[in-house]
Amino acid sequence: MDLIITVKNYQHKSWLCVKPSGELDMAVADDFRARITEAMQLFGCRCLWCDFSAVSFIDSSGLGVLLGRYRELAPFGGKIIITGASESVYRLLLAGGLHKLMEIDRPLSMRYSEEGI
Amino acid sequence: MAEHTKNTLWAGRDILVGKDANKMIFRFLSRSENVALARLLAAAAVAEKDTTVAELDEIKVAVSEAVSNAIIHGYGNDPQQYVEMSIGVSRQELLISIHDDGVGIADIEQAMRPSYSTDGRMGLGFAFMQSFMDDVDVSSLPQAGTTVTMRKKLA
Ligand SMILES: Nc1ncnc2c1ncn2[C@@H]1O[C@H](COP(=O)(O)OP(=O)(O)O)[C@@H](O)[C@H]1O
Ligand SMILES: [Mg+2]
Repeated sequence: MDLIITVKNYQHKSWLCVKPSGELDMAVADDFRARITEAMQLFGCRCLWCDFSAVSFIDSSGLGVLLGRYRELAPFGGKIIITGASESVYRLLLAGGLHKLMEIDRPLSMRYSEEGI
Repeated sequence: MAEHTKNTLWAGRDILVGKDANKMIFRFLSRSENVALARLLAAAAVAEKDTTVAELDEIKVAVSEAVSNAIIHGYGNDPQQYVEMSIGVSRQELLISIHDDGVGIADIEQAMRPSYSTDGRMGLGFAFMQSFMDDVDVSSLPQAGTTVTMRKKLA
């Protein structure tokens, strides 16, 4: 898994932007978790923006990393948004119920076919 | 392979004994990078069928969950053990069986309950297997191992 980490200031909040690429499964979950946690502490971010445009697969190990970050951030008023997910990844995020806790962008391809935009 | 699984692996699954059924068995080390390999093998096995992208995704996630469980829970993340994956494909269905010779599950019903985890994890693995495949059967003996057999109808 490659991971690009940047920090953006947005609406008076500092956002940690992470862009992982590849498959988010048990083989990379520990590394993914450790690098996000480290960067959040280093930059003091409470908001996490996940750019999933380069994620080709996710299972419950990957979802577990997101949920773990949410549980850490939520008590401090933090939040998580996920953008760029493919239809496959988006369906799994929903199956795991993450849309109840995080803001997840609906893939454009689904909006095209279902809403006719 | 543990004695109890030898007989149960394909038991009651004679639909796959049809002329067009293909079967394959893979054995690989319980290393985490082999989870991706297992997903690919399962997807490749149905490559010739008219499976939709969504169905392929479901198969990959189910396999990923079962193999991850074998490694994480069955073998306590010991990378020196073996996981066995059997795949059967016929015109009508796909049958995938994941076996480990690990610690086993004492209470299968409890283990399969959504959100149940002995490891502080999400407890979504069995829930995904059950919602993405048509049938999930677990046989296990404490200290002997676990076999998860999943069936999916192919259109
Ligand atoms: N192959 C296995 N060997 C031993 N225990 C298992 C195995 N698969 C699942 N389990 C048990 O079932 C529980 C639930 O599994 P699962 O639904 O995948 O959730 P999770 O992996 O997030 O804990 C696990 O926490 C574990 O106790
Ligand atoms: Mg699991």
